[in-house]
Amino acid sequence: MGSSSSSRNKIPNAQELMRQTGFSSAHLLRLHDRFESLDRDNRGYLSPDDFEALGGLAMNPIGGRIIEAFFSSGQDTVDFSSFVRILAHFRPTDRNRNKEGTQQELPSSRTRKLKFAFQLYDLDRDGKISREELLQVLRAMLGLQVTEEQLQSIAERAIQEADLDKDDAISFDEFKKSLEKMDIDTKMSVSFLK
Amino acid sequence: MPCFVIGASCPAVFHFSQRFTTVVPESCMLILLGLVLGGVVLIANKKQLYQLEPSLFFLFLLPTIVGDAGYFMPARLFFDNLGAILTYAVVGTLWNAFCTGFSLYAAKLLGFIDEHVQAEMLDFLLFGALISAVDPVAVLAVFEEVHVNETLFIIVFGESLVNDAVTVVLYKVYISFVEVGAENVQTADYFKGVASFLIVSIGGTMVGLIFAVILGFITRFTKKVRIIEPLLVFLMVYLAYLTAELFSLSAILSMTFCGIGANKYVEANISQKSRTTVKYTMKTLASIAETIIFIFLGISAVDKSKWAWDTGLVSCTLVFILIFRAVGVVGQTWVLNRFRLVPLEKIDQVVMSYGGLRGAVAFALVVLLDGEQVKAKDYFVATTIVVVFFTVMFQGLTIKPLVKWLKVPRATNRKPTINEEIHERAFDHILTAVEDIAGLQGYHHWRDKWEQFDKNYLSKLLLRKSVYRKSELWEAYQKINIRDAISVIDQGGNVLTSARLSLPSMASRASFPEVTNVTNYLRENGSGVCLDLQVIDNIPGAKVEEDMETHHVLAGNLYKPRRRYQSHYSRHFMPLGEQERQDREVFQRNMRSRMETFKSTRYKRHKKERSLKKVRRISHRNNRRDSLSLCSDPVVVPVETEDKAEHSDPEKDEDVGITFIARKAETPKQRPKSGCQIPLLPPPPPAPPSPPPAPSSPTSEDSHLPWKGSLGSPPPCVSLEATKIIPVDLQQAWNQSISSLESISSPPAPAEPIHPRVSALSRLGGPRPASYTPPGSAAGSTFSIGPQVSQGSFLFPDKKKEEEEEEEDVEGEWLRRCSRSCLP
Repeated sequence: MGSSSSSRNKIPNAQELMRQTGFSSAHLLRLHDRFESLDRDNRGYLSPDDFEALGGLAMNPIGGRIIEAFFSSGQDTVDFSSFVRILAHFRPTDRNRNKEGTQQELPSSRTRKLKFAFQLYDLDRDGKISREELLQVLRAMLGLQVTEEQLQSIAERAIQEADLDKDDAISFDEFKKSLEKMDIDTKMSVSFLK
Repeated sequence: MPCFVIGASCPAVFHFSQRFTTVVPESCMLILLGLVLGGVVLIANKKQLYQLEPSLFFLFLLPTIVGDAGYFMPARLFFDNLGAILTYAVVGTLWNAFCTGFSLYAAKLLGFIDEHVQAEMLDFLLFGALISAVDPVAVLAVFEEVHVNETLFIIVFGESLVNDAVTVVLYKVYISFVEVGAENVQTADYFKGVASFLIVSIGGTMVGLIFAVILGFITRFTKKVRIIEPLLVFLMVYLAYLTAELFSLSAILSMTFCGIGANKYVEANISQKSRTTVKYTMKTLASIAETIIFIFLGISAVDKSKWAWDTGLVSCTLVFILIFRAVGVVGQTWVLNRFRLVPLEKIDQVVMSYGGLRGAVAFALVVLLDGEQVKAKDYFVATTIVVVFFTVMFQGLTIKPLVKWLKVPRATNRKPTINEEIHERAFDHILTAVEDIAGLQGYHHWRDKWEQFDKNYLSKLLLRKSVYRKSELWEAYQKINIRDAISVIDQGGNVLTSARLSLPSMASRASFPEVTNVTNYLRENGSGVCLDLQVIDNIPGAKVEEDMETHHVLAGNLYKPRRRYQSHYSRHFMPLGEQERQDREVFQRNMRSRMETFKSTRYKRHKKERSLKKVRRISHRNNRRDSLSLCSDPVVVPVETEDKAEHSDPEKDEDVGITFIARKAETPKQRPKSGCQIPLLPPPPPAPPSPPPAPSSPTSEDSHLPWKGSLGSPPPCVSLEATKIIPVDLQQAWNQSISSLESISSPPAPAEPIHPRVSALSRLGGPRPASYTPPGSAAGSTFSIGPQVSQGSFLFPDKKKEEEEEEEDVEGEWLRRCSRSCLP
């Protein structure tokens, strides 16, 4: 899978994307191929139905939210660079990169990964996961045999644990803190094998 | 035998001085003690009475330790790192064996080694093979004191277990070569050697897995004979070992995989008391065995008649094994890091090379050598003793300061918080989704596939029916509750008052001993055969994490504490596979939410506000109820679990249908003939206590009940009947459970007609196409519930009506859109 210059030209702003996301050119090409195969009508952008056609996502309890995460701020199309940027969150964290302080800005940094996950919970984007939002996620993940009551207790419990300023919601910092012992790098990383 | 007495009392004696044991690992002490004892015996009798007999070792001592290790091995951690483990075990051991063997031979040629040592190339290779294997007993013994982080531990420990296959093969191959004579070895024999390696390792694993299945299966039926459960466990695990040994396969591998495989199912099936028994007995036996091994090592060392000393050999061996281990580890890590998500750091590598301890296995193997065939046996024995002593004592003593000095990240002795469990599960889902989107067949994909297979076939086969329908996240939550309650009580608090309030924070929880469940992973801490109560009772709950597969929703028998069992179906009435139902549920939920997002945002926001209000109202009521239930829950659970399990057992299922049984009954029809009918039931007696409507209108997405009528004609195969879920014959049981419910003095719980989602489970009857990849058809069929819904009398007629209007116009549009996109 050689990356000839002609195929790289297919990808607009390839250099820019590589710099911002940390993907290598081989990765980008692969993702571009994938993008094109998802984009059945060859429109140059993806819309929700393209994602929904993926069978696996329909079986995923939070598949809907993840799809939504691709469509930022009310748009209903995703172009290639947004596609790549979102996926870049799941690159393994480069522990060794530290040049010019770009480490923090990479989407695959730990904070950015957590932020991404946080936004999956926080649907109304108010910066906090409220009890209802947590309930929704729990309900999606927990299946039908769990009763409402149980769900409520679980959510209650979770909020109790994490909520430090007692505002009955989990802010991003509280979220981060509650997960500080978790190995986010492993849990939120996919190896985009060539 | 006196050794048992000594073995039992030693740990107790040693731990008297806390400071002492933090510095000196137990194994060192034991060896020293052995030396002393051996000296005593020698002086008394002028000859050695006791020896570490290989047969005793391989038949009794080693299986105990390995069995304990395998049974309590954290499976998920093990499989996560399986690549690394296999690499180190196979490649690493081979590398070590060959290099050591060849270098020793070279050393002999060069004259470092004395002439007395009559060994040829093959002998040295043989010796290299048996001295190069990392020993599980020693690793356990030393690492349990050290507490490195779990990844590191599992890699070293896993390696020590898996390299048994390599060692066994090499050993046998070389022995046979030696017997035949170096000249007679042909090339074909080398290939046979390689082939036999494959056979030994894979065969050993297979044997172990077979026994694991048998064990799981048997424990499924031991409900009436609880008392023999622990015995069964021990027997089967030991049988796995013996069987593999019988066929000359890798016995350690067999036992390890038997333990790993059976653990999940056995722990779920057997009773609480049995679990405790199994755990404590295994730990005790393993501890005794380890003690005996080390003492005998000490004793055997003193017996001069058995060995002969050669400085050159000893020193060369020591040097070589250290060097080659280090080189091997570094090399392999470099390769592995290209594939691992989380690379192994330099520090890890140092610990790994330093932690490659040799132990009693090598000693037993060398004693097993035939002195006639291998002339240099005595020298080898002496060398092995020195090597083992050196690694266990010197390296054991110094590894702790080394770790501290290098600041190796240590194991955290804590259980996951509920936040972590939830989010970890969420991350799993996210990663699976990302892999789907990016078109990768990543690790999660395979793990999902395995989990699907497990849920569909294995769990059904091996798990007791009452067990395999629980939701694991709920179980996790239960465990955390129990822990809390116990710790609160321990602190002298009053459960009732404090349960609701300040539950102890996660940090402090770890220090409280618990008497609870099962499924503990001591290995996470590296604390294997230590009888320290504290250690044993710290249960990380890793198992729960591994099992939580919430996108494979399990039907029914949720272990709602001391209330009732809820199950959708009995086994007989489950026409479709579990997986299908689960997929359908998730799928429907997703479809519903997609539809909702499709609606214009203003509707969404509007509805959300409304439902938010409702939720607040409801959560209020729930909170009150929950506070009481939380109190009663934890305390009551341990006691009642057993009984509850008993009498609700034979899944004659009090199918307290979790359902929205709000329907007026039509004539209860029997199960699908055309495959499209769904039995109906008269609505439950108004018994369902207290706030019937209460917690059932959850939030936005669930609030809107399935679509009503006015959609296009549903696809033909869809049921046109209502959406009853409780099969007829189970209604009896349901009624019973309702009445028993009421008799329980705890706060009235909604009899669970509360899941509107479940009402969407209309499509019970169909022998429908199993897969959902044409979402279009499924989506279309879901809508068919619509007409039926309108027939019934809902619990929330008012609410529904509001939704209805909004949804009507949008649905058609959404349908069209869906079908368009889902056509491929």
